[in-house]
Amino acid sequence: MPDGGKKLPGTYLSEKDLRALPGLVEHTPDAKYMFSAGQAQSRFLQGLREGKILGVKCPRCGRVYVPPRSYCEYCFAPTGEWVEVSGEGEVHTAVVSYISTFRERMEKPEIIAVVRLYAPGYTGKRDEYEFPGMFHKLCGVSEEDVKTGRVIGMRVKPKWRPPEERIGSVTDIECFEPVKS
Amino acid sequence: MVSRPNIHVKSKVAVVGAGITLFRRRMLETPRELAWEAARQALDSAGLTLRDIDCVVIGSAPDAFDGVHMKGEYLADGSGGLFKPTVRVYVGGGTGVFVPIAAWWHVASGLCRTVLAVAEEKMSHARPHPQGVFAYIWDPVLERPLGPNLLWIFALEMRRYMHKCNVSKETIALVSVKNKRNALDHPAAQAAANITVEDVLNSEVLVWPVNRLDVSPVSDGAAALVLASENEARRVTDSPVWIEGVGWTLDNTHWYNRELGYPRYVQYAARMAYKMAGIERPWRDIDFAEPYDPFDYKELHHIEGLMLARPCEAPKLLEEGWFDRSGELPTSPSGGLLGVGNPIAAAGLMKAAELFWQLRYEAGARQVKKPVHRGVAQAWGDLMQAGTVVVMGN
Repeated sequence: MPDGGKKLPGTYLSEKDLRALPGLVEHTPDAKYMFSAGQAQSRFLQGLREGKILGVKCPRCGRVYVPPRSYCEYCFAPTGEWVEVSGEGEVHTAVVSYISTFRERMEKPEIIAVVRLYAPGYTGKRDEYEFPGMFHKLCGVSEEDVKTGRVIGMRVKPKWRPPEERIGSVTDIECFEPVKS
Repeated sequence: MVSRPNIHVKSKVAVVGAGITLFRRRMLETPRELAWEAARQALDSAGLTLRDIDCVVIGSAPDAFDGVHMKGEYLADGSGGLFKPTVRVYVGGGTGVFVPIAAWWHVASGLCRTVLAVAEEKMSHARPHPQGVFAYIWDPVLERPLGPNLLWIFALEMRRYMHKCNVSKETIALVSVKNKRNALDHPAAQAAANITVEDVLNSEVLVWPVNRLDVSPVSDGAAALVLASENEARRVTDSPVWIEGVGWTLDNTHWYNRELGYPRYVQYAARMAYKMAGIERPWRDIDFAEPYDPFDYKELHHIEGLMLARPCEAPKLLEEGWFDRSGELPTSPSGGLLGVGNPIAAAGLMKAAELFWQLRYEAGARQVKKPVHRGVAQAWGDLMQAGTVVVMGN
């Protein structure tokens, strides 16, 4: 700054100061939303209920999209043929979360991963950079496995909930677990 | 595809003034008051009054932080925007650098001779923690059922980067050490400190591999710039700082369908900005950089995306002191988000303002050691896909 650090505007408040202010209103907004899953995702979610992971292929560039979209992002053309992938893949990256959505410390940490799914016939030109994949939880591995890097590249498959418990959601897959070789 | 922007410029554009408020965990001032403080200071530093301003650009990140769903309109009076062509821009964390970009096109197009560009963020309103606000950026069908926390994706990306480039947490922590130390010289700084790598590694683990001191803080604050056309700039100052290039791009939000170890969206935006600035070898032609550093690994990731180092090369250069304020290519001489603080949109604009102060040799104790002619600032945001880049020269 030109003034070399003359006092800048702004008044800092401590947590205690904040609590002493008039007008702190405790309020929980009662906003609720119903989301439509849309053309491609609806079919994907139905597939999950049947224990299948469905993708869709672009007839122009050959990219396989999992999760599916109804258009190719690159060719801007409608996607065509539906394909079923096995759900097997390898771990692209994985972490251990000790906090909740609201930043509270969790009692039991969770292991979160991006799984790069095997998709035979995938001919995306940039397949080193782009790939069919899912974001999900990982089970059957330890925190230690994550921290030492053992899980990266590990072969995994979905652990499905029992058919009667499936509701057509990404949570129909409980987690991804290692493939025993 | 983004390397051939069809851009037609009527006027060169200069930055002629800058202002900033304190960055703190929570502030007494309202968002509008913060915006006004920064805007007034920017006008003062340019030697102008609001009457001299043709257009106003406001930047602020998700409405949910301030808890007001119309933040452009809400901030307009405090930002000097009444009865002028006024617009609010928003690309998540990329907003702070998108503000000077949007202000640039107002002037470059010939629409306005002068623009007041203001960025404000007040994250302290959100209860119990601003992290909860981020719940609303995730895809409602595919992602939200998993109960995500925003730190997850950064941690996933950091882990991938560590694996791809074989980098240790110790090396990455050096960014936090450097930036917090640089911030000791910044009068707005919230999180300036002399810390060690051990301090970072021993801080609370949030989402492994991310510890508390790998992350920038939650902040309130505002920043502002005044931009002017070439004629106006030469009239009001002897030392205008020219905006030589701007670039911005989006990748998609299906972030789990791509390699997380390299920020493609930053590279595309940087290519556009460099092309406009006539820069062919950024690693040689850029004297210092303000890459976006909400997390320590992000600075390294972005240095590579900005092509200031080859992929996976930044950690080694960091260890050699290359990016220190006295180094070959100082990065975040301001102290960055890790040191100065992270009121999201204001933090990005703080980086652009740092280019202005450095290029005018007005950065005081923060002034980088070597002569500077050209700097680059960059921000990144939303769900891993918005890249915004601005190149300035003196």
